[in-house]
This record gives sequence, structure tokens and C-alpha cells, in this order.
Amino acid sequence: MSQQPTAEELTARASRFVSVLPHCRVLGMQVEYADGEKVILSLPYSEAIIGNASNGVIAGGALTTLMDTACGTAVFNVFHDNEICPTLDLRIDYFKAATPGETLRGEAWVDRVTNNVVFAKGQVVEGPENRIIATCTANFMRIGQHIGGKK
Amino acid sequence: MTAEMKAALAALREKNDYDAVIQAIPYARLLGIQLHDMGLQPTFIMPANKDNIGNPMLPAIHGGVIGGFLETSAALHLLMNMESIALPKIIDFSLDYLRAGRLQDTFASCQVWRQGNRVANVAINAWQTDPAQPIATARAHFLLVQE
Repeated sequence: MSQQPTAEELTARASRFVSVLPHCRVLGMQVEYADGEKVILSLPYSEAIIGNASNGVIAGGALTTLMDTACGTAVFNVFHDNEICPTLDLRIDYFKAATPGETLRGEAWVDRVTNNVVFAKGQVVEGPENRIIATCTANFMRIGQHIGGKK
Repeated sequence: MTAEMKAALAALREKNDYDAVIQAIPYARLLGIQLHDMGLQPTFIMPANKDNIGNPMLPAIHGGVIGGFLETSAALHLLMNMESIALPKIIDFSLDYLRAGRLQDTFASCQVWRQGNRVANVAINAWQTDPAQPIATARAHFLLVQE
């Protein structure tokens, strides 16, 4: 590819990728922004994803889904040929409970692409001051398959 | 802790009744998690559900849903063993994906390797057709919160 795609193009590309994932639609997850460096997804607060009914804090699993999707989208965006890379592993460190009612943002970026593995990182933030709720490390396998069939 | 949750926890410890606890956790209801079998150790089930799909082409369960299922199973498992303690809080979670999670019923069971006063270490395995061929394996640390 001779020319780097613009942030507008990458945001649209990431949105198309995320919009067809059924569980992400259930959670109302959306791509807010993407450029050549990172992607930002949003996860709105909803009662369905509460993990502790006594305080309204959302479940860790919803953050895991946000970050698996955000890192996966960042990986999808570093390739320009629709290469699919399944998640190999993922680790999340929960710094603090997300504030009930707040929309969370999952930011993710790719640290390194090798022949076989893509190394990604990310974080969950909330509020205008980008309070960090959790950090994430996720690695992806390159299996050489592409959307629409093997290449 | 809400009265509903208190009653649910009492029922869990007295009668191994996980349903009331699961009903009190909205996220567990969203994924459809249920107790499958009490056996030697509890096994949880997440029945096949199109709303849990991440890859619509295979189709495969969303990796994050598998993570959420394992994390919730571990928290439920810990609740069993604890006395007068609120829902454990997740500290960190590490998940290895071994096979694609097909659109089938998924099972999970947990092993508590260490439970101290404040922190518990739990390993969790997930499988679909054969427990010897897990689709994912994870471990988590939980903070055990005193009420």
C-alpha cells in the first residue's frame, strides 16, 4: 500500500469491522475514533452488564469484551488486506471499579507485528480526565486467513 | 449488599442454590450462565446463544464473552467457599485461548489454588464437547471483600 489511510478512513473501516459483531451490538459498543496509531471504542453503561447489583459496578467480563474487541480492531487496522488474527491470549489488570453510569472507552494500539504474532496493548478509561480503570495486554496469531476466504 | 443478594447468598450456602445468586447478577443473566452440575466441584454452563457471537462467519463465541463466563464462574465458585463475604472483586485476569468457541453449549469449572485472608487465586477451564480439549484456560486473582 503506497499511501497511509486517513483517520477518517480507518475510523470507518474499524466501525464496519465492529458493527457486524453480534455481541458488541448487544453491548452497544461503538468505534469512536481510529488512526494509524490507535483505536478508541466506547461501551455505554447499561443495567444488563452490572456485575454487582449492590453498587451498580459493571462486570469485569464486559471490560474484557471491550478490550478484546478494541485490541482486535487495532490489529485489524494495521493490515490493509482484511487479514484475520484470532486472540492468542489476553490479560487485564483492574486498577479501580468503573464508576456506575459512566460510558467507558477502550483504547488499543499495536506495539509490534512479527511474521507470526501481533502484540497489542490497551486501557479502559472513563470521564473527561481519562481516568484509567484497567490496562490490557493481548497477543494475536497470524494464521494467514482473510475475510472472504484464504489468501 | 442488597437484601436480595443477602438472601441469595444464604440460599447458596445452605442449599447449593446458585440460581438465586446468578439471578442477582445482571451480567450473568445476560450471558445466560447457569449451574450445570454440582458433582465433586461445580460446573457452570453457558448455553449456545446467538447474542454471544463475536465472529459471525465461523460462527464463534466472542472471546470477551468466554472471558466474562470464566471470570463470573470463578467469582461464583469462590462465593461457595466463603463466609459472610460480599462478591469478590477481580484484581487481574489472564486468559489463554486454545480453540475457537463454536456456537455450542460451553462449560466451565474452577480450581481454587490458594485462598488467603485477602486474595484468592483461581484457575478456570472452559470446554464444549470434551473436557480434555479445553477451548480456553484462565487464572484470576480476586480480592475477598469483608462486608
